[in-house]
Amino acid sequence: MKPAAFQYHAPPTVEAMLELLANHGSDGKVLAGGQSLVPTMNFRLARPAHLFDLNTVSELDTLRASADGLEIGALTRHAAFHKPVIDGPLGVLLADVVQHIAHLPIRMRGTFAGSLAHADPSSEWCLVAATLDAQITARSRKGARTLRGGEYFQGIYSTQLREDELLTAVRLPRMDASWRCGFYEFSRRAGDFALGMTLAALRLDSSGRIAEARVGVGGIMDHPQRLKPVEDALVGQVSDAKLFAAAGDIASRSVDPMGDLHASAEYRRDLVRATTRRALERAFAQGAKP
Amino acid sequence: MSWIGRSIRRFEDQTLLLGQGRFFADTAQGALVLRFVRSAVARGAIRSIAKPEGGTVFTAEDLAEVKPIRPILHRPDYVPIGQPALATGRVNHVGEPVAAVVGVDGADAEDWADRVEVDIAAEDPVVDVDAALQAGAPKVHPEAPTNIIVEGLSRTPGLDAAFARAAQIIEIDVRGRRQSAMPMEPRGGHAEFDPRTGRVTLTTSTQMPHVLRTGIADCLGIAESDLRVIAPDVGGGFGQKMPCAPEHLVLVWVARKLRRSVVWIEDRQENFLAGAHARDQHYLVRAAFDANAKLLAVDAEMRCNVGAYSCHPTSCGVEPLMAAAEFPGPYDYQEYGARAVGVVTNTCMMAPYRGVSRPVITLSVERMMDTAAKRFGIDPLEIRRRNLISKFPYTSVTGLVFDEGSYRQAMERAAQKIDLPAFRARQQALRAQGRYIGVGFAVFSERSGYGTPAFAARKMAMVPGYETVEMAMDPSGFVEVRIGASPHGQGLRTTLAQIIADEIGITPDKVRVIHSDTDATPYGWGTFASRSLVLAGGASKIAAGQLVQRLKRVASVLMEASAEDLDVTEGQVRVKGTDRAMDITAVARAAYHQSHRLGKELGPGLRESATYDPGGTFSNACHVAQIEVDIETGGVRFERFLAVEDAGVLINPMIVDGQVHGGITQGIANALFEELKYDESGNLLTTTLADYLPPTMLEVPTIEIEHLMTTTDASITKAKGVGEGGAIGAPAAVINAIVDALAPFGIEFFEMPVTPERIRQELRRAEKVRAA
Repeated sequence: MKPAAFQYHAPPTVEAMLELLANHGSDGKVLAGGQSLVPTMNFRLARPAHLFDLNTVSELDTLRASADGLEIGALTRHAAFHKPVIDGPLGVLLADVVQHIAHLPIRMRGTFAGSLAHADPSSEWCLVAATLDAQITARSRKGARTLRGGEYFQGIYSTQLREDELLTAVRLPRMDASWRCGFYEFSRRAGDFALGMTLAALRLDSSGRIAEARVGVGGIMDHPQRLKPVEDALVGQVSDAKLFAAAGDIASRSVDPMGDLHASAEYRRDLVRATTRRALERAFAQGAKP
Repeated sequence: MSWIGRSIRRFEDQTLLLGQGRFFADTAQGALVLRFVRSAVARGAIRSIAKPEGGTVFTAEDLAEVKPIRPILHRPDYVPIGQPALATGRVNHVGEPVAAVVGVDGADAEDWADRVEVDIAAEDPVVDVDAALQAGAPKVHPEAPTNIIVEGLSRTPGLDAAFARAAQIIEIDVRGRRQSAMPMEPRGGHAEFDPRTGRVTLTTSTQMPHVLRTGIADCLGIAESDLRVIAPDVGGGFGQKMPCAPEHLVLVWVARKLRRSVVWIEDRQENFLAGAHARDQHYLVRAAFDANAKLLAVDAEMRCNVGAYSCHPTSCGVEPLMAAAEFPGPYDYQEYGARAVGVVTNTCMMAPYRGVSRPVITLSVERMMDTAAKRFGIDPLEIRRRNLISKFPYTSVTGLVFDEGSYRQAMERAAQKIDLPAFRARQQALRAQGRYIGVGFAVFSERSGYGTPAFAARKMAMVPGYETVEMAMDPSGFVEVRIGASPHGQGLRTTLAQIIADEIGITPDKVRVIHSDTDATPYGWGTFASRSLVLAGGASKIAAGQLVQRLKRVASVLMEASAEDLDVTEGQVRVKGTDRAMDITAVARAAYHQSHRLGKELGPGLRESATYDPGGTFSNACHVAQIEVDIETGGVRFERFLAVEDAGVLINPMIVDGQVHGGITQGIANALFEELKYDESGNLLTTTLADYLPPTMLEVPTIEIEHLMTTTDASITKAKGVGEGGAIGAPAAVINAIVDALAPFGIEFFEMPVTPERIRQELRRAEKVRAA
């Protein structure tokens, strides 16, 4: 339970960090909250030769709400979202989702961007980024590029991020009052990684019909994914219990779940039916949080 | 005023709550660090072990003089199996220690361990208990060709006749899957070598300091007095910290070899791999009932997976032999057959764990009762009424003598508190809304506080049971009590002080309990099997009574009164019927410093000792779980958990409540959450706390407790043991509740844990049946 030897670096600036990544990125890891990386190193499953401490790069400790949306700097901790950080449905949604992430001591350390960089298939923030199609800024010494949450996740612990790149910020789009959001997660114990979860974000037109639907599931497949058949079934409809039940059935049929020690594929398929229907119900529950 | 029965605060807590506890690793600054290289293969022959150049690495060759750990039962069916300090020639389970390396700190030791190359020719292992019993199964040890290393058989002559005249025969197939006792603090120890004396002081997380010392000294071939074993604060044991393990032998051997202080601090992954496992039992049960739902007979086969070795000091007989002896539980029937086997497999060794077989027994018996009730179309409580024992003492079909208890009363009281008719009405109403609540009962006995006769009946070569205390009142009038029991969370420093205070007529804060140090305490058996309060408490009461007599004799000389005319109360020795009195402290002072006045016969000092070795006593309880099953996710949520519990006289009710809370929490873990899983190759898949799921405070409901207090003569303090009951009864109550909730679907569970996935699997099957 002691990590293998590594060289520790504490770069003071993003530029210095990018320099380190350019030189040692293939053989190093960025340390943010360390809530996944450090246990992996203690088990010696990860043996990076270099550890780049992001915690000294204070310019990334930012969280800004603007007219366009929310910009989350790479050092923003999970706990920053305990209260809504932006007006409207998005802030309330994030405050609900964060309650499902592990336990308080972990939320005080772990970071939003670190979750995206790690890309656990059961990570709540990864589901948020994939479903809301976050804009993810990746910087290297060669320049900056913007990745889209819908394409960024490629598999278990696998993303579009390159070895020399640093994930510096994530942008989530602002949602106005025409949006309804709902989240439902099932785990064995409070704070465990999800065995299955659904995030639903729906925009209503002036007549109350669903004009736009974003429905994503996490913990089911090797990375979080939106379910187009479910979204198609919802658009143009008026919300009601039958519609949600039908959406749950479609979700259950349209996933290709993984089976592992924690849950079989068959069980995950069952869970998707329940989590999808319940996420939709929560989105429309009168007076309830999303 | 009596101190017994009062929930005074525990003397232990201030230290622990302030973070000032002292655990073995706290003592080890500057020690070399020992790390084990463990087998990654479940079964095979060791081809070679390559030691890295410059490292301090030991293998079985180096430890050739160390004898294997080989617990003995004097039974013809028992096959003694030796467990080597380091794997010798072959490995028998993943995690078995193969080599030991020494580093200057933990990371350095792990670096060296990484560089040891072990080459093992892997062979097909046998993991599952049923597979191990099949003809042609791999033989784990050549000396046990059937893989059975202990077999308990019993059969009453009228068994077949009882089944022949039965109105109903119930057959069930019950499994309790594999668990870890999972103490918060994993195992380990700090072996300090004293170059002046050549003595080693082993400060270690153990439940049995004296027995561990015996185990190590026997295998190393050293005098017990050359080894001192201290258990400082211990972060949980639950049975896992009873055995003398291979790691202990290596640790002490290395400290002696290097003439240095060496520490082994087990990490969580090692604890899962090689700290002992528990449960993993498969029972096949047949029960015969007459037309009135009266139980006539049970015929059961108990298959207990004991892992690769037989654990010290109890041997692997502890689980199967207890299963056979205690299966009848609190129910009355006269015909019984049992075949209980301990079966070796290529898995981690089993040790006793809180409850020992009885969680699976109680699951079997209480599922059997509910199943029979359904068959007869009567209420689950009614069938228990017709079968529970109610006249005491009661001698069971296996010869156990049950002292006074409240089996029936506890159940009736629990049913009354739950308001069963109201619950049934609500259950019906909610079912109409697609919601499924259920209630489950478990009635059980907990055999506790038993002495040498019970252990001798198992034919153990080392027969535990008695406890001795040495008690002295010092010149300042304070009482020092040295005990062989080894409390590690049970609060014995407080409860023994309460017992002694009452007996002597002083306050508990004048009593100091000294324990868990072989240099400072009489030989004793440590703390396990719901025994310490009954045994050490009983011995304390006897010794304190003797001390009072001695105080009176000393005071009679000083006060020139007859000893028979003296009373000791409220810190004073008083002459009955007069106002003449002397402070106990003055008597104590004089006993040491004015002994010339006492005469040769009396002599100096105030020192007594006593040993207590009773036959044992049964506590009892009824647990009720009230739950809701989410049929879409398979999730289970508690509405309520109630325990009506009878542990006789409660010395400190708060401490009893704590035992019940902790036990029930581990029972809920057993019923719903915890399972160690091996794959077919014998790899343990659950080696972190992300994979093995003990419940947290958020999963465990508020536990309601009501105490009945039946008095018994089977325990000199009239207190009964209560350490294990929570873990024994809770699983059956929870699983009966789940089955009750899912009754509309016709789903039954006879195994634990019942996970959300298993619930959904059964519901899918039921949905298919419906659709067809």
